[in-house]
Amino acid sequence: MKQSNWKVLLNGIIKENPVLILVLGTCPTLALTSLAVNAVGMGIAATLVLLCSNMAISLLKNIIPDKVRIPCYIVLIAGFVTIVGFLVQAYAPSIYDALGLYLPLIVVNCIILGRAEMFANKNTVLASACDAIGMGLGFTLALLVMGSIREILGAGTWFGIQIIPESVTPMSIMTQPPGGFFVFGVLIALVNFILARKGKKRKVSGCGGCPSAEHCAKASEGGC
Amino acid sequence: METFKSLLVILITAILTQNFILNKFLGICPFLGVSKKLDSSVGMSVAVIFVMLMSTAVTWPIQTYLLDPYNLGYLQTVIFILIIAALVQLIEIILKKYIPALHQALGVYLPLITTNCAVLGVTILNITEGYGFWESMVNSLGAGLGFMLAMVLFSGVRSRAESDQIPSCFKGMPITLIAASIVAVAFMGFNGVVDGLFK
Repeated sequence: MKQSNWKVLLNGIIKENPVLILVLGTCPTLALTSLAVNAVGMGIAATLVLLCSNMAISLLKNIIPDKVRIPCYIVLIAGFVTIVGFLVQAYAPSIYDALGLYLPLIVVNCIILGRAEMFANKNTVLASACDAIGMGLGFTLALLVMGSIREILGAGTWFGIQIIPESVTPMSIMTQPPGGFFVFGVLIALVNFILARKGKKRKVSGCGGCPSAEHCAKASEGGC
Repeated sequence: METFKSLLVILITAILTQNFILNKFLGICPFLGVSKKLDSSVGMSVAVIFVMLMSTAVTWPIQTYLLDPYNLGYLQTVIFILIIAALVQLIEIILKKYIPALHQALGVYLPLITTNCAVLGVTILNITEGYGFWESMVNSLGAGLGFMLAMVLFSGVRSRAESDQIPSCFKGMPITLIAASIVAVAFMGFNGVVDGLFK
């Protein structure tokens, strides 16, 4: 593998981690991290979709007309999501039940559309595949960290194995919706703290990497 | 009377106990991105309610009368996202031509809605829950109103959080998320409301 592709791959895992640094794909991050095993399931499913869509879009980048590229990407991504949904349903039915509604919603996960728009339509197939694997792993890792914290604190278990003795009452609120917001907020603050220590600044603030960031900014200014 | 009651239960459940933002984590991106000011929160929510109702009115018949009879259920994701994207475009064009005042008020928010997981989420949820047409419409209305409630409540919380003295690493996104966590705790208090009122 060429040096630069390796760099692209590592970039997604740490330096531009899609969840903790770019803050993309917040919905599945919050919704599916109540148990570590669901978090990993979601991470792998999204990685597969991202890999397929990044490669397909980078192959088709010269064919797709610029004006209708976003609808084309969405249809491609929706197709891959359907395929991955079938695979999960067939080989991991318990994960399929746990992911439920959030599996088809991978279509609107902004990491996938964001990488298509920012990376795959400008780069070669190999580089796009590396980017997808890096971003996917970064996403999975971040979800795993969140899921582990919430499961250990909230249920006293990790992947179903008892970690904290049963005599200690777990903070069950951590596995419930408020715990998701709380752990995510603290994790991002921690990343901010580490970045500030290193004297670095966040490259993109908040939803800067989101494909609809421009509209979002316009809307939040009160536009009209 | 019985149907009215069941519709009311669906509506209140969707607004309070199963709130889309604070309980199901759908539509977090606009929640974090647009809820800085009250007027933009209201504008965005009205646009979301509008699109949710329209897309439910289109996707439910398509699922029931087209996909189900011909065993095409696996096309659900592809078809629904296409319908929503096309519908948003169509609404934008129609509003621009015939109701320019409304277009001016909602225009900025419409492009954001195509990739909003709350809209796709509610249409898919209506099918998986097995709701009939009117139940689906009421559920979508409730989901939209719940979205609006969370956005409006939160725009107030945010304006306070932003003017307060907080540690620098918590500024921006982290404090917003932690505030959202506290608001979510408050919404957990509604858990028994529906049972208490109707059963």
